[in-house]
Amino acid sequence: MKVTVDQDACTGSGQCVLSAPEVFDQRDSDGIVVLLNDGPDPRLHEKVREAARICPALAITLTRP
Amino acid sequence: MTDALQETPMFPMARVAGCPFDPPPELSRRSEQAPVSRVRLWDGSTTWMVTRYADVRALLADPRVSVDVAEPGFPHTNAVSKARDAQMKTLMQMDAPEHTVHRRRLTADFMVKKMEALRPTIQRIVDGLIDDLLAGPNPADLVETFALPVPSLVICELLGVPYADRAFFQRVAGKLVMDECDPAEAMAASEELNGYLEKLVEEKNAEPGDDVLSRLAVEQYRTGAMTRGEIATMGQLLLVAGHDTTANMIALGTTALLTNPEQLSAIRDGADPALVAGAVEELLRYLSITHTEARRVARDDLVIGGEVIRRGEGIIAVKSTANRDPAAFPDPDALDVHRNARHHVAFGYGAHQCLGQPLARVELQVVFGTLFRRVPTLALAVPPQDLTFKPDAVFYGVRDLPVTW
Repeated sequence: MKVTVDQDACTGSGQCVLSAPEVFDQRDSDGIVVLLNDGPDPRLHEKVREAARICPALAITLTRP
Repeated sequence: MTDALQETPMFPMARVAGCPFDPPPELSRRSEQAPVSRVRLWDGSTTWMVTRYADVRALLADPRVSVDVAEPGFPHTNAVSKARDAQMKTLMQMDAPEHTVHRRRLTADFMVKKMEALRPTIQRIVDGLIDDLLAGPNPADLVETFALPVPSLVICELLGVPYADRAFFQRVAGKLVMDECDPAEAMAASEELNGYLEKLVEEKNAEPGDDVLSRLAVEQYRTGAMTRGEIATMGQLLLVAGHDTTANMIALGTTALLTNPEQLSAIRDGADPALVAGAVEELLRYLSITHTEARRVARDDLVIGGEVIRRGEGIIAVKSTANRDPAAFPDPDALDVHRNARHHVAFGYGAHQCLGQPLARVELQVVFGTLFRRVPTLALAVPPQDLTFKPDAVFYGVRDLPVTW
C-alpha cells in the first residue's frame, strides 16, 4: 500500500489522525495533514483504509506500490 | 413513482411521539421510495432534498455546490435562519477559496492533539459538575446542571471567555439558536454578543492569554489581517456551534442510553476507552441532532441519485436519514454501541465538515465515560413519555431531563 495526501484539499478535520495515528499527523501551524509513513505496515492497512474512506476532503489516496 | 410521493411535502417534517430518537417517518419514507425529491419550505418555495448516505456524501464533497446564502435559490428553513444568514457571514457561509483561508486560521486550534491535551481540563470540569450534582437536590434537571454547563465551561476556557460571563453567554447564545425566538430578538442577541466579543478582542490584544481569542487578536487583529468585527463574528460562530450542539448531544445521548439499558450497561464501567469512543460515534450517528440538515445551492447542473439538479436550485442534504441508511449501517434503527459507526455524517461531510469535531469527541467521551461510572444508579425521574423534546430548535434535543440516582 502506498499512501499519498493532498494538503491543499485537506480541511483539518482530524479524522485520519483518529483512525491511524501511526500514519497521519496534523501540522502544528494550521492542523493540515502530515504523512508520517507512506508505506505503512500491513497490520495498519485496515485503519488507513478507514481514514481514506471517511476523509471529508477526499485528500487521502491509496495505491499499490 | 407512487401517488403519495407526487405531492411536495413540507420541510421540516414532524417526528412521531414515542419515537423521539428517530427521523420523521415521512423523511424515512422518502429516503426509501424517492431518495432525491422536492420539498416545500416555510415561505412557499421548493427545494431538492437528498436523503441517502452515498448521495449525501457525494453532494457535500462536490465543488459545484455552494453555501452562498445570498443565492436566491438557497434553502432557508425558517424566517430566523434567513434573517441570521443575511446579517452575519461566517465560515459556514463561505465557499472556497475564501472558506479555505478563513478555516485554516482556526484548524490548528481544534486539531486532535490540542484537544487531547485539553482532556484533563475537561475531565476536571465534568468531575466538578458531577460533584455539584451529587451534592444538590435529588431529583435534578440534568440539562441545567450538567449538559449545558459542560460545553459552556469548555468553550469559554478554549476561547478565553471569562468564566464570570457564562450566564450572559448562555442567555444570548440560547436566543441565537432557538427557532421560536423572534427574528428581531435573535438579531439583537447576535449584536449584543458581537459587541461583547469585540471588547474582549481589545482586552486580549492588550493582555494576551493562552486561548483562541488571544491568538487571533495577536496574529490577525494586530497585523491587520482581520478586523475586530471579523474576529468577533468568528468567535460567535465558535461559541454558538460549540455550545448548544454538545449540550444537546449530552442530554439526548443520556436519554437514549437511559432508555436502552442493555446499551448503557455495556459502557457503564467506563473502563474501556475504545468502547466509550465507539459509543460516542454511534450516538452521534443515531441521534443526528443537527436536524435543520446541511443546506446548499447548485452552482452548476449536477446529477445526484439519477435526478438532474439545475444551477441555482437549492438542496437539503439530510444527514439524519443518511445516518440511518441500511446501505451504510446494517440494522440502522438499532442503537448499538458495539458497531463501528465512524463513517457517519453527523458532523457533515466535505470542506465544511465540523471544525470542532475533535473537541466534541473528547467532551462526549469524557462525559459518557464518567457520568454513568460515577453515578451508576442514574435513572429518569419521570416516565420516558413525559419528556419534552425540541422539534423546533436549530439543534434537536430534550428540553429538560429530570433524573434521580
